[in-house]
Amino acid sequence: MGKKVVVIGGGITGMEASVQLSALGYTVTLLEKENQLGGHLKDWTVLFPNLRKGHEIVSFLEHGLRLQEVNVIYNAHIKSIQKINKQYEITLDKKINLIADAVLVATGFDLFDAHKKEEFGYGLYENVITSYDLEKIFAQEGEVKTPSGIKPQRIGFIHCVGSRDEKVNNHYCSNVCCVTGVKQAMELKTLIPDAEIFNFYMDMRMFDTHFEELYLESQKKYGVNFIRGRLSEASETIDKRIIIKVEDTLTSRPLKMTVDMLVLLVGMEPSKGTKEIAKLLNLKLRESGFLRPEDDHTLSNVSNMPGVFFAGTCSGPMSIKYTFTDARAAVTKINCYLKEYELQHRILLN
Amino acid sequence: MPVFGFKINKPRVIDYDNTDKRILNYLLANEPSFNSCIFCGSCTATCSAGHFTDFNIRKLKMNIRRGLIDEIKDEVEKCMLCGKCFLVCPRGVNNRNIVLKVRDALTKIESHEL
Repeated sequence: MGKKVVVIGGGITGMEASVQLSALGYTVTLLEKENQLGGHLKDWTVLFPNLRKGHEIVSFLEHGLRLQEVNVIYNAHIKSIQKINKQYEITLDKKINLIADAVLVATGFDLFDAHKKEEFGYGLYENVITSYDLEKIFAQEGEVKTPSGIKPQRIGFIHCVGSRDEKVNNHYCSNVCCVTGVKQAMELKTLIPDAEIFNFYMDMRMFDTHFEELYLESQKKYGVNFIRGRLSEASETIDKRIIIKVEDTLTSRPLKMTVDMLVLLVGMEPSKGTKEIAKLLNLKLRESGFLRPEDDHTLSNVSNMPGVFFAGTCSGPMSIKYTFTDARAAVTKINCYLKEYELQHRILLN
Repeated sequence: MPVFGFKINKPRVIDYDNTDKRILNYLLANEPSFNSCIFCGSCTATCSAGHFTDFNIRKLKMNIRRGLIDEIKDEVEKCMLCGKCFLVCPRGVNNRNIVLKVRDALTKIESHEL
């Protein structure tokens, strides 16, 4: 009998890891809490940095699962996880019991709830939306309109909403929002060529391949304006436009501006599912609430519980590219573990 | 000497909705490299004029972006047009030509061409 792996979470990480584990000959069961796979990727229309369609990636992953005939259980809600000797028994609410020789946690992230930054006006003013809402507007195709129904002539983007902010207890950087802001600004400018677009940032974190090039292109080709300064508060005019107040830190003066639509670039938080599974399995967490590996350099993907591994955004914010890389890295660790080669046995001298 | 009573200060806030974008728009049309600036300040660091006066070309470009024309007029005369700022720029911004074009724009504003 082949060894069994249970993968928890059917987003990018869970799907890709399931395909590869299955290709290595393991019997894989993929658990998904919703009635479809793909996680957050389903809601993303066009991806940075090359503006390819999000659904292409979903179909790549789905095709892999079909080829490997991976067993997927939808609407799966885990009631309990018991460690029995070296194996884990996972009980679902549908009275299904699964035995696993290894478990991969791939429970992903939730988007930051922008209502928490009340001073930015999300939920109070109709023309304050999130980057996620804007993606839905793009998905509808046709003409872009503000929630009030006008064609926006001036649009503001606010970087770092729910990230790098002690006030919402998220000290970390969410990695992908800066480049998302640049990408969405370019898309808006393509759809409304005469619009003025302003991105308000604390630092532009263009760390990955082609991000800096995209940033330069957004300035050169699209004329997107970048203002270094963090929004203090937003308010609404009588005609439902949004007044924003920042310090224009590079002129050292306060600045105010009226925009037709304000887009909040929301960051990532550990998902509800990540917190639940961490509790069921007694997994160690970072201060941020993301899963903590046994060693940051040498044992990424390896949890404090033997046979339990994790990958993707349940361990911290990352882009799609790194999510794929991390999923595949976790697969090699699981493979080693199931072949009784354990990385932990290697000694770290200090 | 302290003066009795109150006086009214001009607000320091930049009211972007009501500032003058004529020079900005003139530059965007005539020196497109202006858009690539990331305000790193390497131009100011190498500036010959800036070593002897309070001329700050990064700030000048910033004030153009914000439409603060009054802050530009005297400043732009301080540049000696040596062009070192263009040589040092990591984004290829032709700062020297920006100064020349701003001077053009100011002349045009005076003669009501802009």
